[in-house]
Amino acid sequence: MRRRLFAIAFTTAAVVALAFLLVPIVAIFAHSSPGHLLEQLSNPVVTDAAKVTIKTSVIAQLLILLFGTPAAFVLASRRFPGHAFAITLVELPLVLPPAVAGIGLLAAFGHLGLLGSSLEWLGVTLPFTQSAVTLAVAYVASPLYIRQAIAAFEATDPNLAAASRTLGASPARTFFHVILPLARGGLIAGLALSFARGIGEFGATIMFAGSLQAVTQTFSLAIYAEFAQNFDATLAMSGVLVLFSIVLLAGLHIGLTWQRSSSTGSTSLFGLTSSS
Amino acid sequence: MATLFLDRVNVPLRSYELELSLEVGSTLALVGPSGSGKSTVLRSVAGLMRPRSGRIAVDAETWFDGAGDVNLPPEQRRVGLVFQEYALFPHMNVRRNIEYARKHAADDYLERFRIAHLAEAHPPQLSGGEKQRVALARALARDPEVLLLDEPLSALDAHTKTTVRAELHDLLAELDIPVLLVTHDFEDAAALAENVSVIVDGRLRQSGTPAELVAEPADSFVASFTGANLLHGFAEPNANRSARVRLDDGTVVSTAETAHGEVVLAVYPWDITLGVSHPEDSALNVINAPIRSIAEFGNRVRITTGTITAEITAESLARLGLETGQSVYASFKATGTRVVAEHQPAE
Repeated sequence: MRRRLFAIAFTTAAVVALAFLLVPIVAIFAHSSPGHLLEQLSNPVVTDAAKVTIKTSVIAQLLILLFGTPAAFVLASRRFPGHAFAITLVELPLVLPPAVAGIGLLAAFGHLGLLGSSLEWLGVTLPFTQSAVTLAVAYVASPLYIRQAIAAFEATDPNLAAASRTLGASPARTFFHVILPLARGGLIAGLALSFARGIGEFGATIMFAGSLQAVTQTFSLAIYAEFAQNFDATLAMSGVLVLFSIVLLAGLHIGLTWQRSSSTGSTSLFGLTSSS
Repeated sequence: MATLFLDRVNVPLRSYELELSLEVGSTLALVGPSGSGKSTVLRSVAGLMRPRSGRIAVDAETWFDGAGDVNLPPEQRRVGLVFQEYALFPHMNVRRNIEYARKHAADDYLERFRIAHLAEAHPPQLSGGEKQRVALARALARDPEVLLLDEPLSALDAHTKTTVRAELHDLLAELDIPVLLVTHDFEDAAALAENVSVIVDGRLRQSGTPAELVAEPADSFVASFTGANLLHGFAEPNANRSARVRLDDGTVVSTAETAHGEVVLAVYPWDITLGVSHPEDSALNVINAPIRSIAEFGNRVRITTGTITAEITAESLARLGLETGQSVYASFKATGTRVVAEHQPAE
């Protein structure tokens, strides 16, 4: 009797939890007819937001790849004074409230900010531009990529890199032909996570870049701006983001499976053995 | 043939420092217990780690000189290193693994190492012996001046080990470059290398051919490492340059060497004869004890009775019908014992 009660209680809790996660997703698509939602996709607010989101996200992720990959490799393969501090620094934006990150960016790169006058002297104005959106996205999303990349690099067998060197390969050739292909799965998983986080970015962007249609208004900002005026447009944009999230999730799982099969170590989604 | 020189190469390890001078002309096996710093020597020669001081050179070409501040990176040392677990690139097939060392050269090596049929296979699909052949082919495709082998047989199961050891022996014999291999197994060292150097606590204990090490072990450690039984006892000299030794268990044995006081006697398993009754020859040393274990290695059998282990053939075992627990007489000649110095472990 007791055993049955236990089973019933746990099953009920599981069903409630899963339903709670599923219902809002279904509601987005159920609220209006699919035809109506598709119609909204040609609304200028929606198309402008799509252009801004795609452009800023792609540039931000390219920057994350370009700077984050070497940073992750250095953090994974070398131990130096301040290593633990560097790891903490990488993880900080994960727990920092996005609004605070936005204020920080403004205080750093704004007109009266820490680096504002130097940038002005160079003729560069960042706040409330598309570049500001890109920086805000890069700031909040990069830790997800870098953490995953560190884990992926740490999981590659150091003897393979050593073997490459003794076979006559330079450190650069070793990195591009041995280490990078072996870490590839983990890097793709990290990029998928970072992309997802970047697309959903709201707080830091609105602080540092504002919400100007066709300039800095991304999907997330447009959903907030439109929901009092045109609820169907917000539903359409939300629908697009749901589909996009599903694609990223699939990419994430493919990446992780790849990583597991191509390296000797194991990698979990957040499996980072940081400063230890 | 070139010569690899290690001159007082010093590497700090966790609990002691390794300091070693070696001259490798043909095939040298560096043997020692796990943790004695053997792999460190190979990594230093390959340039994967930097010794604190000393000098590493091949003929007149210096690879590392602590004093002159020379330290060539691994890719500038023409060295082939075969890793213990082979370190084949899992994302490349066998052909690409070999071509990583030298472009367009795979066919020659695939044929020479009889792995042409594996050219398109990926390393995880290969058996231990196959992996080793690929790793050797890849290391030699680099056209090295020196070949280094790290525990070349330890990743193999006992069954394939004998075959692979024979193959490896033939292959090393054909090479005309110095080969430095490390192993914790004296038998493997003796089977593969012309010369063996025993390293203990970071220092070279004894060098020589395998036969020399067995005939004249420098101390009880080398004797035990080469497979000898060690018998501790108290010696009283006899008249004719021999001695009688009272062992710790009370048995008295004689040795054909002079000795007095606390001694260690080394007796090799193949110098011991086993019998179910006391041997008639009264000149023989005899130890009577029950059999503790019987272990078979191919056609040889190792039987441990009391404190000593004897090696006999499988045929003898069948003929004598020995079983665990049975009382047997282990006998050996006085000339089959060697008086060795007690090994003093490092602090």
